[in-house]
Amino acid sequence: MYLNVVHFWDSLISSRGMFFEAAQLTLALTAVSIFIAIFIGLMFAFMKISDIKVLEWIANIYIYVVRGTPLIVQIFVFYYGLTEIWMISGFWSVALGLAFHNGAYIAEIFRGSIQSIGKGQTEAGRSLGMSQALTMRRIILPQAFRRALPPLGNQFIIGLKDSSLAAFIGVSEIFAVATTQGANTFDYMTWLLVSAVWYLILVFLLTLVVGAVEKKLAASD
Amino acid sequence: MSDYMIEANQLNKYFGDLHVLKDIDFQVKESEVVVLIGASGSGKSTMLRCLNFLEMKNGGELYIQGKEINPKKDNLNEVRQRVGMVFQHFNLFPHKTVLGNVMEAPLQVKKLSKAQAGEEGKQLLEKVGLGDKADVFPSRLSGGQKQRVAIARALAMKPEIMLFDEPTSALDPELVGEVLQTMKTLAQEGMTMVVVTHEMGFAREVADRVVYMHDGKIVESGTPQEIFENPKEERTQAFLSSIL
Ligand SMILES: Nc1ncnc2c1ncn2[C@@H]1O[C@H](COP(=O)(O)OP(=O)(O)OP(=O)(O)O)[C@@H](O)[C@H]1O
Ligand SMILES: [Mg+2]
Repeated sequence: MYLNVVHFWDSLISSRGMFFEAAQLTLALTAVSIFIAIFIGLMFAFMKISDIKVLEWIANIYIYVVRGTPLIVQIFVFYYGLTEIWMISGFWSVALGLAFHNGAYIAEIFRGSIQSIGKGQTEAGRSLGMSQALTMRRIILPQAFRRALPPLGNQFIIGLKDSSLAAFIGVSEIFAVATTQGANTFDYMTWLLVSAVWYLILVFLLTLVVGAVEKKLAASD
Repeated sequence: MSDYMIEANQLNKYFGDLHVLKDIDFQVKESEVVVLIGASGSGKSTMLRCLNFLEMKNGGELYIQGKEINPKKDNLNEVRQRVGMVFQHFNLFPHKTVLGNVMEAPLQVKKLSKAQAGEEGKQLLEKVGLGDKADVFPSRLSGGQKQRVAIARALAMKPEIMLFDEPTSALDPELVGEVLQTMKTLAQEGMTMVVVTHEMGFAREVADRVVYMHDGKIVESGTPQEIFENPKEERTQAFLSSIL
């Protein structure tokens, strides 16, 4: 046991450069996909709460499809589908696949948080002569966003971990590097645990960032 | 053309099959303070909310400052700037400071400069006795303070008419007085006001006219003296004896 711990520690330390690079790829993949997913999410949240039935319908179908199919299938569909019509790297097809996937969950988070803001807030804005759009932008969305942050943070963490599926498309992010190392050394367990440590570090950092934003926005409580 | 600040002719309102306002004829003169009373569910709030188009009437005509308002054609945002509203539950913006609440609409709707909106906002806060609370968030205020901020926020748009929907009903008894005092001052300054309230003392002292509603209709309307001392209608008598 003692020897294994030392071996694990040595592996972790000696491979840090390689994994540091892989972690950057994981982070980039996560950041890009979450960034796009937030826009997709906002758009579909608005479509879902709009009075226009067709938009509501489209949003419902989108969310239903994303929820009802495995992420790995979605990613491969994006990979083969996109690379067929347009020269796109593995990185970008996974990023877009993840964005497509997370967008649906983020849409539901935004929809829920927007609808959780009491009707009185809208009425107060409108009674002051503010337009519907202005009331949404200045009164509802800032409050809704604050309320959405904890579940959003959760979704970001899920997105970060799901980015490991990029390994199956040949993107050398953390999990891909770990499996390659495992195959080379016939020591899968050590390298899987090393990758786990790296994911834990990234999730920890992400939690810190979300916590800091939450704290900043909570100034009014 | 009408000389009234508010004139409703044969106003009707339905919620689905529920007929909530039935052929309401209602007028308010400039600087008049009208208190609306009536049992729960009689349509007082709905009536008030129709006057600033938070609810849309289903029939009849509505004139604001002499001009008929057609919700389909007229700019309701502009109309609402002239008709301020204060709600039972304050509805302050929790993510903005007290001054931020008051400045929001002048900044965003009237496009005042920050300096001017801030200056006017501070004056209004002084007026409602909260000059020292400008930078505080609403969650730190008592109910009475919140409602006074809500009044200042509505006044910041310089409305011609103010609507109050049970402004003191959500307050602890000891906080009712400060809000009523603020409203009284406003009335003395000549603001045109329509107030739904159960505060009969306020109605007696401040109202020019008291209107009693029952089941979506105006049953009786008169001076406070007429309504409280000498109600003509049996329903009015029964209602008053039930609450006094
Ligand atoms: N948005 C709505 N949808 C359906 N019915 C409504 C709606 N708002 C009010 N009503 C109904 O309309 C009737 C009149 O309601 P309103 O709120 O105007 O009464 P009110 O006189 O203000 O009563 P209260 O003293 O309880 O505030 C009630 O029967 C109420 O249930
Ligand atoms: Mg009411």
